[in-house]
Amino acid sequence: MDEAWTALALTLKVAGWATALNLVLGVGAGYAFSRWRFPGRDVLDALLTLPMVMPPTVLGYYLLVVIGSQGVVGAWLLQNFGIRLIFTWQAAVIAATIVAFPLVFKAARAAFENVDPQWEDAARTLGLGEWGIFLRVSLPLAWRGILAGLLLAFARALGEFGATLMVAGSIAGQTQTLSIAVYEAVQAGQDDTANFLVMVTSLVCLAVLLSAGRLVPGRVVARG
Amino acid sequence: MWRQRTRVNAGLPMFPSRQMHSRTALFGRLTKAVVAAGLGLLHLGVQAADITVSAAASLSNALRDIAPLFEAAHPAHKLRFNFGASGALLAQLTRGAPVDVFISADQETMDRAQAQGLVQAAQRRNAVSNLLVVVVPAAGDSSSKPANPSRPLAVPQPSSPPKTLNDLAQPAFARIAIGLPASVPAGRYAQAALEAAGLWAAIAPKTIGAHHVRQALDYVARGEVDAGFVYATDAALMAGKVKVAFTVPTAQPILYPVATLAAGPQAAQGVKFVDFLFTRAAQAVLAKHGFGRP
Repeated sequence: MDEAWTALALTLKVAGWATALNLVLGVGAGYAFSRWRFPGRDVLDALLTLPMVMPPTVLGYYLLVVIGSQGVVGAWLLQNFGIRLIFTWQAAVIAATIVAFPLVFKAARAAFENVDPQWEDAARTLGLGEWGIFLRVSLPLAWRGILAGLLLAFARALGEFGATLMVAGSIAGQTQTLSIAVYEAVQAGQDDTANFLVMVTSLVCLAVLLSAGRLVPGRVVARG
Repeated sequence: MWRQRTRVNAGLPMFPSRQMHSRTALFGRLTKAVVAAGLGLLHLGVQAADITVSAAASLSNALRDIAPLFEAAHPAHKLRFNFGASGALLAQLTRGAPVDVFISADQETMDRAQAQGLVQAAQRRNAVSNLLVVVVPAAGDSSSKPANPSRPLAVPQPSSPPKTLNDLAQPAFARIAIGLPASVPAGRYAQAALEAAGLWAAIAPKTIGAHHVRQALDYVARGEVDAGFVYATDAALMAGKVKVAFTVPTAQPILYPVATLAAGPQAAQGVKFVDFLFTRAAQAVLAKHGFGRP
């Protein structure tokens, strides 16, 4: 059952990286959308939310076309740096990051929109710069909402399957995440392996949910 | 009531209220779809003449071409296909998938189905033969690329297509697509050939597993791998994008057995389709796709 632990470690690594990247990307985009109006804002908003509603296979195909070694970005990476992304765990991170992005983006945007502008104005009158206001006023006030989004994103990244399978393949120890290992075991009729993997996956998901409950306690309790 | 709703929105402000309207519209459409699907399910119950065929992925194009011929000859029957890796199809059968005809790309998978009493052994026949080949991306693609993602500049570039299995052991072939041996016959044939040549240990770490043979073909066609093991019939489908480097010698000939299922809801009708596969018309289509006679 070593394979299961390897798959678990890889899954946590991929989901962890995806969540960390989304902490920067999602929070940044969420803040930008909550504070500034610019042309094409609605269209961009829809585009950034698309990964949440689109079938992962569609997303996987787009990724394949873009970062594949014959794709626009992929060909450039290959020619200039000799990097092939497809079939690497980094490709799995890219897929998971994009799939989970809207969860952080939407949560962060809503959280920032809920921050009372009076606090920020007060900080401004006291001479704090915009960057300082973001770091010391807006972010701490919005943090709970963002954290909830990050946890959802982590959970979503843990379970990512379709897009990951398409761009990262299923290489044991390198790109074979838990969900892909389960699929493969079932395809091969290896029910014992599948059962064990399913147990591990269920326990991990349960642990994530329980720790989510601890990290983000009920609104009433925290506000009261 | 309204108050409650706004409170819900305040708690979960992920969806602006503008979307609420489109969500109700969507919900209406969903309800219609569910009702339609339910009716369709009932309809399926009375459609007694459908024959469900689970067949190896490599047969998909040929069988889709044969289907209209069969349906013209047997107007009362409609064919429904379920393509996949033979091992994956067997896993479905083991779990009770309602299938009438099973065609696997190897004897081993059919043997296992027979050992479990899933197929009518007396009906088993070999339908077609095939060849295993190594394909490389069509000229100009992989030949100019550094192959190893981590240390690209240190790695020699594939200068020419491989001529034998031995050539695949060269560092220039850093990624080799192969069907996952646990469920894909093409992968098992490839593994057996590499083992026979004493190369499996050297090449296994470089393999990229595919869930069916057509996926391995796709990996080569996209230039994501330097070479791949597929059937000659698969390679012919993407002649513009992949090039056959050489034919892989296999210990036993690659023969596709076909049999009707013991528990198939329409297995009796399935026999008609099995028989049809051996008619001149069907064999001509199979030959056109590059399959050999068994």
